[in-house]
Amino acid sequence: MARMKFLCDADRCIECNACVTACKNENDVPWGINRRRVVTINDGKPGERSVSMACMHCTDAPCAAVCPVDCFYTTADAVVLHNKDLCIGCGYCFYACPFGAPQYPKLSNFGSRGKMDKCTYCAGGPEADLSPAEFQKYGSNRLAEGKLPLCAEMCSTKALLAGDGEIIAQIYKERVVKRGYGSGAWGWQTAYRETIAI
Amino acid sequence: MLIKRKSADVQRGRLQSALGGLAAGVMDRRSFLRRSGLVAGGVAAAGTLQIGAVRKAEAASPGPATGTKIVKNVCTHCSVGCTVKAEVANGVWVGQEPAWESPINRGTHCAKGASVRELVHGDRRIKYPMKLVDGKWQRLSWDQAVSEIGDKMMEIRAKSGADSVYLLGSAKFSNEGSYLFRKFAAFWGTNNVDHQARICHSTTVAGVANTWGYGAMTNSYNDIRNSKTVLFMGSNAAEAHPVSMQHILAGKETQRANVIVFDPRFTRTAAHATDYVRFRSGTDIAVIWGLMWHIFQNGWEDKAFLASRVHGMDDVRKEVEKYDPKTVEDITGVPAEQMKRAAQTFATVKPATFVWCMGVTQHSVGTANVRAICNLLLATGNVGSSGTGANIFRGHCNVQGATDFGLDVSNLPCYYGLVEGAWRHWARVWNVDYDYFVSRFDEVPAKGGRPARTRKANMETSGHTSTRWFDAANLPAEQVDQMDNLKAMFVMGHGGNTIPRMPDAVKGLEKLDLLVVCDPHPTNFVSLGGRKNGTYVLPICTQFETSGSRTCSNRSLQWGEKVVEPIFESASDYAVIYKLSQKLGFAEAMFKPYEMVQGKIGPEPTAESILKEINRGGWSTGYTGQSPERLKLHMANQDKFDLVTLRGAKGSPVENDFYGLPWPCWGTPEFKHPGTHILYNTSLEARDGGGTFRPRFGLTRERTLPDGSKVNDTLLAEGGSFSLNSEIKDGYPEFTMGVLKKLGWDKDLSPAELEVITGIGGNNIDAVSWSTDLSGGIQRVAMEHGCVPYGNGKARANAWNLPDPVPTHREPIYSPRVDLVAKWPARPDERTLRIPNLHTSIQKAAVEKGIAKSFPIVLTSGRLVEYEGGGEETRSNKWLAELQQDMFVEINPADASDRGIRDGAFVWVSGPENGSKARVKALVTDRVGKGVAFMPFHFGGFFQGADQRGNYPPGTDPIVLGESVNTVTTYGYDPVTGMHEGKVTLCQIAAA
Repeated sequence: MARMKFLCDADRCIECNACVTACKNENDVPWGINRRRVVTINDGKPGERSVSMACMHCTDAPCAAVCPVDCFYTTADAVVLHNKDLCIGCGYCFYACPFGAPQYPKLSNFGSRGKMDKCTYCAGGPEADLSPAEFQKYGSNRLAEGKLPLCAEMCSTKALLAGDGEIIAQIYKERVVKRGYGSGAWGWQTAYRETIAI
Repeated sequence: MLIKRKSADVQRGRLQSALGGLAAGVMDRRSFLRRSGLVAGGVAAAGTLQIGAVRKAEAASPGPATGTKIVKNVCTHCSVGCTVKAEVANGVWVGQEPAWESPINRGTHCAKGASVRELVHGDRRIKYPMKLVDGKWQRLSWDQAVSEIGDKMMEIRAKSGADSVYLLGSAKFSNEGSYLFRKFAAFWGTNNVDHQARICHSTTVAGVANTWGYGAMTNSYNDIRNSKTVLFMGSNAAEAHPVSMQHILAGKETQRANVIVFDPRFTRTAAHATDYVRFRSGTDIAVIWGLMWHIFQNGWEDKAFLASRVHGMDDVRKEVEKYDPKTVEDITGVPAEQMKRAAQTFATVKPATFVWCMGVTQHSVGTANVRAICNLLLATGNVGSSGTGANIFRGHCNVQGATDFGLDVSNLPCYYGLVEGAWRHWARVWNVDYDYFVSRFDEVPAKGGRPARTRKANMETSGHTSTRWFDAANLPAEQVDQMDNLKAMFVMGHGGNTIPRMPDAVKGLEKLDLLVVCDPHPTNFVSLGGRKNGTYVLPICTQFETSGSRTCSNRSLQWGEKVVEPIFESASDYAVIYKLSQKLGFAEAMFKPYEMVQGKIGPEPTAESILKEINRGGWSTGYTGQSPERLKLHMANQDKFDLVTLRGAKGSPVENDFYGLPWPCWGTPEFKHPGTHILYNTSLEARDGGGTFRPRFGLTRERTLPDGSKVNDTLLAEGGSFSLNSEIKDGYPEFTMGVLKKLGWDKDLSPAELEVITGIGGNNIDAVSWSTDLSGGIQRVAMEHGCVPYGNGKARANAWNLPDPVPTHREPIYSPRVDLVAKWPARPDERTLRIPNLHTSIQKAAVEKGIAKSFPIVLTSGRLVEYEGGGEETRSNKWLAELQQDMFVEINPADASDRGIRDGAFVWVSGPENGSKARVKALVTDRVGKGVAFMPFHFGGFFQGADQRGNYPPGTDPIVLGESVNTVTTYGYDPVTGMHEGKVTLCQIAAA
């Protein structure tokens, strides 16, 4: 079985935000919810680098560990999903997540949150695959259609890779060997407890 | 709210907070996604208090993809030409899939391309025709709108002449739409027809065409994969052409290529460069000559290339001697060592390519800037082979095509110019009597000491440029070289905030009797100024709602299929041009060659039949081989093309063709020319896509020797430079019937071809040339003998017909270096096209008034990845608008701290003319150097601090509004093309 991962090659990412709008387009994500965003460090200075960020679908996901209603589950492809019918919007997962992935739709004057929303790796949710109910709650289910997340598929410079961890690690390794530099697989140590050795 | 996301910042935005409050009552707690359309509407309402559009957005909400069909079109934003693969169900565009098979984008997009689906859901689109009556918008039927507009145009024509109606076209047109609009201008009887190329690459086209023949990118995005050195100047491809970076970064990795970025600003492209060179805005020529100084000094030039393929480099050598490292460092601010390193890399690590954009072109010396770069490429032999070239990244999705089809004040379609022969050629193609066109033009009376012009003379006189349309309305009639001032603007697909001096534009708008804005979204033309009457807004559909071809920057044509029917009451360009022509009484003559079909608002011509007419007339530029059938075959077989060479695979239906049949694609479609991937490439046969420099400036040039005697230098190629397997092993002039006869090749013409040539030539058959022979016979015969139809000449290092034949540094009109103005002054006052161009007066006045002291910061402008052009379309797209919610100015930390300006706080940016000012947010960053500020140019809807949201027709205001940078930009126009000086002026910034 594949172990799905994301890998952002920071030496290729140009912060064009294609991943962000591709995600919005594909999953019809409303204004204010950012399942994916691009973060730039050293903005405007030598050494400026950008990384596209979303839920990394961690091994032993910390969000799942803290969830009081146990709404998280990991699919056979190792994608971390959650059940919005169970979610109570408590926000614990937001504090637990090292990547800032969980998003909440409501910001009322009294601080209450709505159901948590996050990147689904374009893999829908617990409802039947490709059902209208699944789409309404979680967006599209490209994995069920045999496709990968649209953010990575549409990445302008092919910086953002999605797919089986071993395959994308191999692609990245070959790239680094060919070009002679690479700033590493960002976030892999935190998410997957491993790095890519070259 | 931070304007740009920085260092893992996850703050919530202003509009996002607004969303929370508004959406609280309507959210379904269990499934917010279901009503996302409503949520977005709620956000929109936060800004505008309009709820009417909400239902539409909800209705457009897509479901999972089932039972869908796939339609291929091309992204309508930049010129890279990414294929868009739309999933359509029940006539609704529900999803977008990666177009892996396209050799250009290979499935990928940028933020804009990944969100184009929103354009055709567009709750903020113009929904029906409207007019402004006493400051209120009134709904009209199409019939009534076109009838009123036509009557008004005829009234203005009777009083002030055809030239007083300005026809502003668009780089968003398809090729067929562009061509049709130019033809419309010819039937109306004016050369006052223009489009966005004026403000993006007009100086490139003029500079490059005057150097080696054609005004276009010489190679392709894909070909940059072969480059070992890539030099960017005034181009921020990472934001303006993101998908091109796929090829550039891949090339950088596989070739271990040097990527050198010259820019006043440390751009996102610079962040991925191997070397970044910061220089002062407006000193491009000094930079290039500085590089050339090192090249000549060290003998790094390509001597064989210069001897065989270039004329007049010695004149350049003489000028370059003035630019020693010390002088250059003083002018440009670039350290001598860095200059030398860049020069050595560019000249010796070959193949090297030079990429430039509006940072080079938008100057009062734009054409000269371009010419300097061409000289650098020629001197180092970096033109005409793979991995080299002038890779000019153009701006809009079809700005190349719209330029090619003559949406330009000095050209008929395909660069035929405006001379009698050109008019006669097109009159023949259009099957309309030449004299009819003469009769349509105005007679211009003698004014201001200028002689009168007959109709014929006026027909052959270049029009007035779009950069200064308001000057033609505002200046005293005597100074405007046409029958009367400008009285009407007919604008199709063009923003109003894209040129400097907006306070003057406001005055101009108030002078107009008629303003017609045809666009999917109301542009700044609608919101700017205080017009109360005589403004019409017509809803035009996007290119996703119609079919047609578009030419990307690399000259490849791609056919876009209609994805969905035009939404609301919008109609295609074709339909609207037809309807108006009908009202004006020339539809029958103009549209008789076309196949007409019934559209939403009436009959309209098919794009295919228009392209076929282009194929019958576009000989000069090789627009003759790209039949609709061939283009559709390419779109259906995109996966058969090689990623790097763009060649069609053996055994495939597109075998040997280059992708998109990049022009020139000589001869008839049946001749099966593969198109030209790389211009002027002598290593291929002419009929296989090879080429030579085009001799179009005579065959010899007189030169005076030091002893006073004169010699004639040849302008034809020498020293064994010719395209592969050419039967003429030397330079040769363009092919005419006369030349064919001399060579004895005329007997190769078929009887049918000969008959056409005889019909055209009449008594003077020898004068019929490769570009006027409608049979294509002359081109065919030339190529069958291995020759290029336009000849084999030398490129010109010295372009003696231009104002600065050899470029020389000239300080910007508003220069911060007052001390350099005396030595490097602007050109003397002169007339550019139809009005005065006061370079020196304005520059001198600025020095005398001490402008550089009171406005000490250099202001430049540029693009953001999320938005495009004037920005109304993209700022109306909720997915893009969310990413950039505020207009801002980038200011260096040192300048900010001198002025007590905090990051994210409001500031006033004031300009040196008209007391202009703009209220924007400050982005304090090292991206700009000390003494430099940068503003993006996509914003509009605020003017000098005032919110103009109420000026838009209800429900059509863009989500995000902001001040336009062009409120504070200033005077300065290129003497050749009238390009504005948008990239360098002075300003002052103060905390608001």
